[in-house]
Amino acid sequence: MAVLRWLRRHLVVLAGLGTLGYLILPNLVVLVFSFNKPNGRFNYEWQRFSADAWADPCGVADLCGSLGLSLRIALWATVGATVLGTMIAFALARYRFRARPAVNTLIFLPMAMPEVVMAASLATLFLNMGIRFGFWTILIAHIMFCLSFVVTAVKARVMSMDPRLEQAAQDLYASPAQTFLRVTLPIAAPGIAAGALLSFALSFDDFIITNFNAGSTVTFPMFVWGSAQRGTPVQINVIGTAMFLIAVLCVLGGQLLSGRRKRS
Amino acid sequence: MTTTTEAPPPAAEDAPQVRARGARKRLVPYWLLLPGILWLVVFFAAPLVYQASTSVQTGSLEEGFKVTWHFAAYWDALGAYWPQFLRSVGYAATATVLCLVLGYPLAYLIAFKAGRWRNVVMILVIAPFFTSFLIRTLAWKTILADGGPVVGVLNSLHVLDVTSWLGLTEGQRVLATPLAVVCGLTYNFLPFMVLPLYTSLERIDPRLHEAAGDLYARPVTTFRRVTFPLSMPGVVAGTLLTFIPAAGDYINAELLGSTDQKMIGNVIQSQFLRVLDYPTAAALSFILMAAILAMVTLYIRKSGTEDLV
Repeated sequence: MAVLRWLRRHLVVLAGLGTLGYLILPNLVVLVFSFNKPNGRFNYEWQRFSADAWADPCGVADLCGSLGLSLRIALWATVGATVLGTMIAFALARYRFRARPAVNTLIFLPMAMPEVVMAASLATLFLNMGIRFGFWTILIAHIMFCLSFVVTAVKARVMSMDPRLEQAAQDLYASPAQTFLRVTLPIAAPGIAAGALLSFALSFDDFIITNFNAGSTVTFPMFVWGSAQRGTPVQINVIGTAMFLIAVLCVLGGQLLSGRRKRS
Repeated sequence: MTTTTEAPPPAAEDAPQVRARGARKRLVPYWLLLPGILWLVVFFAAPLVYQASTSVQTGSLEEGFKVTWHFAAYWDALGAYWPQFLRSVGYAATATVLCLVLGYPLAYLIAFKAGRWRNVVMILVIAPFFTSFLIRTLAWKTILADGGPVVGVLNSLHVLDVTSWLGLTEGQRVLATPLAVVCGLTYNFLPFMVLPLYTSLERIDPRLHEAAGDLYARPVTTFRRVTFPLSMPGVVAGTLLTFIPAAGDYINAELLGSTDQKMIGNVIQSQFLRVLDYPTAAALSFILMAAILAMVTLYIRKSGTEDLV
């Protein structure tokens, strides 16, 4: 009876933790199977322990090449989408103008569109214009779908900013450029950082849009996709695990930094 | 003293210049918008229009395609692929409901119960975003493997007998069945449900819960009459963020399903990239887009929340 009552009282917490487990489980499996020594081409069944893949993560042909390409594309897509998106966000948050509703719709639509539809239509355009698929078509596509996410993140931050801070700066004889660089930009920075981080993650991980617009260029997600048919090397699990750890460390570091800043 | 007086009041001959400066200032937002909006118009909006024209073309890759206003592509596509359409909507709807059922307790946990663990739980929800989701989806192949522990447990509890009878699984296996695909979809889109739910739950004033308790509402009643209605914006946003990408997805069906679980995304992908039948692919993606827009509009009307973005 006591057990039942305890269960009932903590039902929500237990269910929440269960869902968290469901979310984390594949990451654990990826970690464990990065130490596997598979029999044959596929790494789906546990055979025996080995750290070979960790010792030689680039040991598979084309794997690290595709990883580097994905990193480069994600970097440039982040730069492009963040610059263009931040400009749009400032225009939307700061100015009243006639085209505003139309612009808002145009920003919202890419986020509310199935990726397959965007991917196929953009590829149709490239095909008919005779543009060769490759690095540039991927980059163009990635900037296109990351843009809306940056706008949303930055806009939210700029909208919640107190306009009196900028007025105060001007009262203290700051020039418009000084006001922007020393007041506006630092306040908007967390929003811009969030948008940039999201762009990087979305671009690095995108498969559907890249699959349609890459031609024979192979990014990391496309390498993983191909390997699902040919046989997955253990190195893929190594890289998946490393990405997870780097992400967790970055977020933890950011938390610590902002926590310390808040205290001081 | 609020503003600096940079110049004496403008004399009559200065007026046009001032007006010119005002006009230039009015153009500032447009200059800010120009590059980004141009990008979206050229690489997002124009392709959609272009695709609409492709869907009414006929021809072949060798002879070239011509616009013939041949609407038959739509009827042919619907006639040939309506099972995949229905399946996509069915799988996506099931996955969305499962995401809501699984995601709500987690969002509730982060918003109200986690205390000083809140940031840790948040990181654990977001971190999978930064790992390649294809790798994680492939991990489900290991988890659900025939003869693996999950299938073993489900089997000894006779769960698989029931799901097999319901048509969700086949025999003693989970992989290559609808259950596996829905499981993968639910997993992949769960964070998109949890985050908006959390955002709207976090905004709820905890004093409202206390007030409900003071008025002798039982916890279930408090949830039904106070918490859930106030979290509606999150529910609506989360549902859309899960349903729309899930309906167009082809990765889960490809990696975890078999040819019997093909969704409409798989058809578009193979028509476009393998068969090279662009008009059919265009017609299919246009139907998908129209269907989703119609469903979303209806859903937003029904749920009565309009401030989504």
